[in-house]
Amino acid sequence: MKTRVIPVLLLRNSGLYKTVKFKDPRYIGDPINSVRIFNEKEVDELAFIDISATPAGRGPDFDMLEQIAGEAFMPMAYGGGITTFEQVQRILSLGFEKVIFNTAAFDHPDVLAETSRVYGAQAVVGCLDVKKTLLGRYELYTHSGSKKRSVSLPDQIAQFGQLGVGEILVNAIDRDGVMKGYDAALIKAVSSRCSVPVIACGGAGSLDDLGIAVNEGGASAVAAGSLFIYKGVHRAVLINYPDRRDLKQRLP
Amino acid sequence: MIVIADYGVGNLKSVERMLRKAGADARLSSDPGEIREAAKLVLPGVGNFGHCAAELRAAPFYDTLQWFALEAKRPVLGICVGAQLLGHSSDEAEGARGLGWIDMVCRRFPDRPGLRVPNMGWNTVTPRRPSPLFASLDEESRFYFVHSYYFDVADQERVLAVAEYGFPYACAVNRDNITGVQFHPEKSLRHGLAILKAFADS
Repeated sequence: MKTRVIPVLLLRNSGLYKTVKFKDPRYIGDPINSVRIFNEKEVDELAFIDISATPAGRGPDFDMLEQIAGEAFMPMAYGGGITTFEQVQRILSLGFEKVIFNTAAFDHPDVLAETSRVYGAQAVVGCLDVKKTLLGRYELYTHSGSKKRSVSLPDQIAQFGQLGVGEILVNAIDRDGVMKGYDAALIKAVSSRCSVPVIACGGAGSLDDLGIAVNEGGASAVAAGSLFIYKGVHRAVLINYPDRRDLKQRLP
Repeated sequence: MIVIADYGVGNLKSVERMLRKAGADARLSSDPGEIREAAKLVLPGVGNFGHCAAELRAAPFYDTLQWFALEAKRPVLGICVGAQLLGHSSDEAEGARGLGWIDMVCRRFPDRPGLRVPNMGWNTVTPRRPSPLFASLDEESRFYFVHSYYFDVADQERVLAVAEYGFPYACAVNRDNITGVQFHPEKSLRHGLAILKAFADS
């Protein structure tokens, strides 16, 4: 099985949270503890996104990231609040391999280009936070989904190529936390326009959904929050990760 | 003591943490004196081949590293771009020279439909010859790869193990006391831990 299955963990004021449609953050627990659990469960990769950094106008919480890195023996990505190359250097030196850029890709594109030049394209993840309009058009957002951008999806994907982005994380805002399936058409719209790996995110509610993102959407990796955080219809918090045998039946 | 050569690039802290988890006395260093005292050395590296090659050449321990590997013949383990630097050169940076200890160059994965570059993810490896590093390999073993360039090895005798990405390619190489792995043992959970433990204990 080559497909990576990636839990996305949202940080907010040093706690672990989960949102629905990028809103209503619910406290899940202690991030460090969840990293330990995911370590035991042998996850493919972990992605951390600090959803409070950019809206609060602050940079990454390096103390927290250092604690997280100290517990993790798998690949890790971090995004949130990055505005300078110096911050990138610090994050990577702590033991993260990738940095996720959403707002910075618009407001500080030079930081992405510099990261790609020095650390290589594989260290740069371009993140697309996308909303679908009633007319079916895709619109891009930054600042944790609160600021609409006028750049089109294809133009931003092309811009990522220019900046040396090595991977694209596509997140469907309206599907976040809903657990009713990915937007496979959106994922396809991204994967068909680039040659780098695409990580699908937003909406996974079952293992079958993961297969759809890859087989119909053309994703190279599948990411989810709720799926790995909640159990059952009442959404009890229970950090979990599927058995590899179950994944292998659904993923290439 | 195992020294992780600190020349400002690469996943230094992660390598150190994993080696310590493996029970090894490991430390980061760029000090030639400390490197002379070390029993083994890990050469990490992440990012652009040209950038890493230039930083390595400018490192205070560059001459000591040559002595360590070629004269003292103590074990050296290159990881990712640190392993690529064991070869002559890379498509990634024209004109940049590696250490040339292993007769190989690094080639970019070809543009092919369905073959997304970088190759990013977990993969199994198939040993081509016996090595203590891979002694604990079992059918569950898998390793984390992230790279756009692969070892193109002139002498197949140097190939320790192969992986597949569109085609089979060398993912671990060796000459005497010098070994390189393209994947990241420090990020490969218990599978990578086993490799680094084997290096520490060998």
